[in-house]
Amino acid sequence: MRGKSKGQFLLLCLMLAAFVIIMVLPLFALFARAFQDNTGQFVGMANYRAYFANPALSRALWNTINVSLVTTVFSVTLGFLYAYALTRTNIRFKRFFRYMALIPIFIPTIVHAVGLISLFGRQGLITQMGFDIEIFGFIGITLSHIIFTFPQAFLMFFVTLEYADGRLYEAAESMGVKPLTKLFKITLPEIKFTLINAAFVCFTLAFTDFGAPVVIGGGYNVLATDLFVQITGLFNFNMGAVVGTLLLIPAILAFIVNRVTNIANMGAMSAKSTKLKVKKSLARDIFFFAFCSLIVLFFLTLIGALAVRAFTTFFPFNMTPTLGNFQFSPVTGGVGSFFNSVRMSLITATVGTAFVFVYAYVAEKTDGFEFLRKIAKLFSVLPLALPGMVIGVSYIFFFNNPNNPFNFAFGTVGILVMANILSFFSVPYLTIMGALKKLDREFESVSDSMSAPRWKLFTMVTVPLSLPAILETFMYYFVSSMVTISAIVFLYTPRFRVASIAISHMHAEGVFAQAAAMSLLILLVNVVVRLIYEITIHLIKKRRKQA
Amino acid sequence: MSFLEVKNVVKRFDNQSALNNVSINVEKGELVCILGPSGCGKTTLLRTIAGLETTDSGKIFIDGKDATFLPPAKRNFGIVFQSYALFPNMTVMGNVLFGLKQKVRASKAELRRRAEEVLEMVDLTDHSDKYPRQLSGGQQQRTALARAIALSPSFLLLDEPLSALDAKVRTKLRGEIREIQKQLGVTTVMVTHDQEEALTMADKVIVMNNSVVEQVGTPKEIYGNPATNFVAGFIGSMNFLKVDGGIKAIRPERIKLVGRFDTFDLKANVSAVEFKGPLTRVYARTKNAAEVSIELPSQSFDNMNIRAGAQVFLRLPEEHISRYTEAWGEIAV
Ligand SMILES: Nc1ncnc2c1ncn2[C@@H]1O[C@H](COP(=O)(O)OP(=O)(O)O)[C@@H](O)[C@H]1O
Ligand SMILES: [Mg+2]
Repeated sequence: MRGKSKGQFLLLCLMLAAFVIIMVLPLFALFARAFQDNTGQFVGMANYRAYFANPALSRALWNTINVSLVTTVFSVTLGFLYAYALTRTNIRFKRFFRYMALIPIFIPTIVHAVGLISLFGRQGLITQMGFDIEIFGFIGITLSHIIFTFPQAFLMFFVTLEYADGRLYEAAESMGVKPLTKLFKITLPEIKFTLINAAFVCFTLAFTDFGAPVVIGGGYNVLATDLFVQITGLFNFNMGAVVGTLLLIPAILAFIVNRVTNIANMGAMSAKSTKLKVKKSLARDIFFFAFCSLIVLFFLTLIGALAVRAFTTFFPFNMTPTLGNFQFSPVTGGVGSFFNSVRMSLITATVGTAFVFVYAYVAEKTDGFEFLRKIAKLFSVLPLALPGMVIGVSYIFFFNNPNNPFNFAFGTVGILVMANILSFFSVPYLTIMGALKKLDREFESVSDSMSAPRWKLFTMVTVPLSLPAILETFMYYFVSSMVTISAIVFLYTPRFRVASIAISHMHAEGVFAQAAAMSLLILLVNVVVRLIYEITIHLIKKRRKQA
Repeated sequence: MSFLEVKNVVKRFDNQSALNNVSINVEKGELVCILGPSGCGKTTLLRTIAGLETTDSGKIFIDGKDATFLPPAKRNFGIVFQSYALFPNMTVMGNVLFGLKQKVRASKAELRRRAEEVLEMVDLTDHSDKYPRQLSGGQQQRTALARAIALSPSFLLLDEPLSALDAKVRTKLRGEIREIQKQLGVTTVMVTHDQEEALTMADKVIVMNNSVVEQVGTPKEIYGNPATNFVAGFIGSMNFLKVDGGIKAIRPERIKLVGRFDTFDLKANVSAVEFKGPLTRVYARTKNAAEVSIELPSQSFDNMNIRAGAQVFLRLPEEHISRYTEAWGEIAV
């Protein structure tokens, strides 16, 4: 092995070792627990038999499947229609509609539930008007999930429809093909994969979400809340492990039908096809405009309801405007939890972006070591299927063990960062991989021929050329970390509470106004970060064009 | 001893052979073209010489020293790729300076002077502050060349350096590259699949096919005396005629049209005539249905008054005939 290859080999091993520590070993610890009793004896399937023998427990599984299926049907349908409106009709304000659809991404799932309670809860704005839809339970959970999975479905359909080949439609038109035939022969086949992928993504997200059911679930148990109770309430770690493995059902299903890799490949779509020319149709445009407006109106109402709560003294009895709700009481985390969130997200975004970038770089640009690089690529898509809750529990089992040399990380912000980096790894990885693949494969050869060290090429060429992907990754990691709760709920310590946890505590304590205020702060920070990102990207593109 | 020596090099990818016992020699200061159809192993051979690809077996000597396991950085060569691989975030000057900064210990001003000198050589002085995407294909190509020669490499490797350009620019750059190469006296190995390029530019041509070297020789030798039926068929056009015990091969322009009372070797009927500007090609069919093509100056052709259907008498001068056991490509019966 040559000197240069040795360096690359070490880096590759380092990256793989990191993944083994933050993913493989914790998962192994989780599975081990599921097959042990509380003394650590191997008991085979006994825990699973016990789980399914107890209807109080196993009901949660059927509830979860129920919620997830309904969510999937609604999200996929709404997401498709919304994307269709933005790509295949002539409605106005498309850009506005596009950004508005992303609102739910910028707030924790727990906030969707809090928002819904503000509208439909006992003292909710709409309940006060005389409509009571019994928000606590199945309906509330499902509605929250639809809200937060909708943008995911929409984005996937949007990309597919936006980059679909318009020439197919023109050809069909010239042959006099009927609209319905076009739908079945062109549109459906072209979105078929997206449809399946979007359904899997929505199903998985709904299946594993913790934030919404914990505040709006009422007596309707789902797996995520059960897992939380088993671990933090009953200290039944073995049963917790069983529930944790059940949360992996969608992931395992996805792997069986080979979806994960397909979802991973979606990013690699070609953008070569010609754009579709949209025909005129007033009726269609009116329908879709009304549809999009309704969705946006609903989102804005939700945010509005939060704002009303946040800025009034004591809703609905004392409606005097106030900023007092932003003076968060220390009992539930205080304003410190907000800054903790920002700090955690900044660290996650910084370390995570660097890690993903180097990881993707060695996986893509190393010479040789085919086998190790294949493993690295396989590892990279697994987090896509790994619920945050599962990561959280696995980390408890793995890191909170006095014999573990990494035990020191437990209870620090470090472990939260680690969980976040793993949780959100796959999407940034695909973004950066896409950017790296676009770079000329011979840069390395040229640089070698000039005796330039690889790190020099890396810092002077690879990184600058990948700047847009790096910024996107940073933004993605930041926003995702600001809103996440699922892994963190197991890993935070009272000394380091983050905003999403604080919201759940505020909600539990009944200080809804503060919960709403905190939610708005998170939304504000995320929107600002996104804006900075958009402006920076715009400037970079402009400069590159001018140069 | 030659400056560059590749000895019995074998290289396989997965189960596919890319170099099968390849040996070549390159003398100091000469320009050698590696010519062959796409996929025959040209790039692999070049990358092996560069050390960008390892060999499975065999040896490589550079300037008499065993370089088989030497990393690329230690081989002191410049390289130009088909894609040019210019750094898009750096200006022309920046691209040239990138390597200089690594290798040459000198003041900034000194390095800049050296870069300017090289840019002058490739006629890019006026474009030194432009970014690659602001340049034409030919200018990008010359930038890549400038970057490669800036470090005064002891040899130069060019992988299809002109194939991304359109015909006019390509012809012009052929001359320019050759001129710079001679001026610097730098040993150069150039890969191409364009035979005209190889024949016009090279001191020596190495013809490859299917991972092996078929023939090494001057452009004249390669064209005039193809050592194998592949070389005969691959370069230029060739008539393969079946005779007892093998194949006779002769180039269209070597066949003479003679009068019916002269001595002739073949009788044929003209099936088509193709006007190609300075030359005219005549396709004729013999009694046993073999098609023969004959090429002659259009002026001579005009004086002969030959039309499709006419009978012609052909002489195949013995000194221009090569013999093989098999034909290559289209077989004349
Ligand atoms: N990195 C590689 N991996 C696998 N096969 C390769 C690789 N590089 C080249 N090959 C194969 O080796 C053969 C020779 O390739 P190459 O040297 O690029 O041919 P040429 O440059 O003459 O077109 C081809 O069949 C090609 O598919
Ligand atoms: Mg090649």
